[in-house]
Amino acid sequence: MTTYLVRRLAQSLIVLLGVSFVVFFILHLTGDPAAVLLPPDASAEDLQRFRQTMGFNDPFFVQYGRFLGGALQGDFGQSIRHGEPAFGLVVERMPATFELSGAALVIALALAIPAGIVSAVRRNTPVDYVSTVIALLGQSLPTFWLGIMLILVFSVHWGWLPSSGRGTLQHLILPAITLGLFTTARIARLTRSGMLDVLNQDFIRTARAKGVSDPPVVWKHALKNAAIPIVTIVGIELGTLLGGSVITETIFAWPGVGRLSVQAIYNRDYPVVQAAVFLLASTFVLVNLIVDILYTYLDPRIRLR
Amino acid sequence: MARPGASGQPEWLTFTRRLARRRTALFGAVVVVAVLAVALTAPFVSPFDPLGQDLENRLKAPGWQDGTGHVHPLGTDHLGRDILARVIFGARPALLVGVAAVLISGVLGMVTGLLSGYFGGRVDDVLMRLADIQLAFPFILLAIAVIGVLGPSLFTIIAVIGVSSWVIYARVVRGAVLSIREREFVQAAQALGVRDWRILVRHILPNAFTPWLVVATLDMARVIVIESALSFLGLGVQPPTPTWGGMLADGRVYLSTAWWLATFPGLAILVAVLGINLFGDGLRDTLDPRLKV
Repeated sequence: MTTYLVRRLAQSLIVLLGVSFVVFFILHLTGDPAAVLLPPDASAEDLQRFRQTMGFNDPFFVQYGRFLGGALQGDFGQSIRHGEPAFGLVVERMPATFELSGAALVIALALAIPAGIVSAVRRNTPVDYVSTVIALLGQSLPTFWLGIMLILVFSVHWGWLPSSGRGTLQHLILPAITLGLFTTARIARLTRSGMLDVLNQDFIRTARAKGVSDPPVVWKHALKNAAIPIVTIVGIELGTLLGGSVITETIFAWPGVGRLSVQAIYNRDYPVVQAAVFLLASTFVLVNLIVDILYTYLDPRIRLR
Repeated sequence: MARPGASGQPEWLTFTRRLARRRTALFGAVVVVAVLAVALTAPFVSPFDPLGQDLENRLKAPGWQDGTGHVHPLGTDHLGRDILARVIFGARPALLVGVAAVLISGVLGMVTGLLSGYFGGRVDDVLMRLADIQLAFPFILLAIAVIGVLGPSLFTIIAVIGVSSWVIYARVVRGAVLSIREREFVQAAQALGVRDWRILVRHILPNAFTPWLVVATLDMARVIVIESALSFLGLGVQPPTPTWGGMLADGRVYLSTAWWLATFPGLAILVAVLGINLFGDGLRDTLDPRLKV
């Protein structure tokens, strides 16, 4: 158990190191970070001076070392547009993104798990078909189009819900549904197939043969075992949600990290982009580490490894 | 592939029959073929020039007839361009990016998965850590950051999506290789002293191809959505080339007055992606029902 945790922790650190390198490398993709950061009309002298002050003339790995040292202390440089530390700008927006992703995840779990279970238990009935079709549509609808259509219907046409901004619960509803639908569909399909696998196993037959009635078989015996893949996918889906927030936040003018980064890319404000990518990726790594630790409680086989 | 199966028929024929018996898969296949056909024959089937502006007939509703009696079945956009023509031509960048990016990531992932699964140990550790690093990034954010630096172009988009989507292939192929590696025919080849690369290419790759194909099909749907998302954000194939995502972004501005601008390109994405997903699901269920993708 301890060995497993130590190894898992070491893996996470290696992954974070890799993430930091990729984030650093983004600026060096064209070979000249000064040209990426300065406006296109900057003179050759400006570029040269900028390279000198920013240390872009130093060897590549010296620059990376400096970047990593800064990143570890939360220093990604100053935002070019806002003139404030990029890290602070991103951290300020994190709660909004977590609120949106969290709400989307809650919606997804609340809809998907019951839907998946009912689908599996009432297999090949109209209930199953309807939920399967909805799940399939949910997996095929592009997030940004769904968001626009929801605005068209609920904000423009009926005027029930606000189409942009953050503040009240009403503001949260449309973006959370938009962001959560894909994840809902994924988890529903996974729950259905996971439950079907478990329901066909011997111990379920034994439980039924012993005379355990239907509801406890489903909820106590089967769901506990079907929960393991669901917990894993929740960790992975969080990545989908954090990534999807880039689009959803843009559509609904939600003041989170996603919208900040899209604006930063338009403004060529790369310190902010780097800080945002690094922080979102780190969040993902951290959550998956936590999921894996939770996992050891759900699945004793891992604990013994 | 023409080896006879248990029933005496060639394997591919048995397989095609089984696939066609799944009505949803068949429906998906028909949709995919239709979208592909429309994309290939766009100049012939399109009723208008997708770039042809007609400023006097801006934002006309679906079914509207212009002065010459020409009907715009899906209406016109803010520059008077025919929406149907643009939806038809929009299939081109979507499918082009879809196929090209899937090929790049598919080959990358296949090679990684083969090496990782066959050699195991250090090689496996390193490659799977790389996969973890890749997966840690919110995909869209990384893609737009890189495209922002390099500048949007068809080539950049394909390269960025292709290079960063290999993980799912690698994981699935690796999983397949781990079990194929233990089979007798591989061990026999090893005992005979056949070289590793030859075993990989001749004996393992053909057997790992099935799960790869399923992943590639389903991933195509994801790539098409990503291409549209990039175009929606203005970081895809640049105007005036019509893209579904770009049309959506234009239509968003006119949402309260002209609903058809944003509605139809979105429906086009939905139809294409749904068709691919249905076909991919059918492919998976027929080839390898236990595959978890």
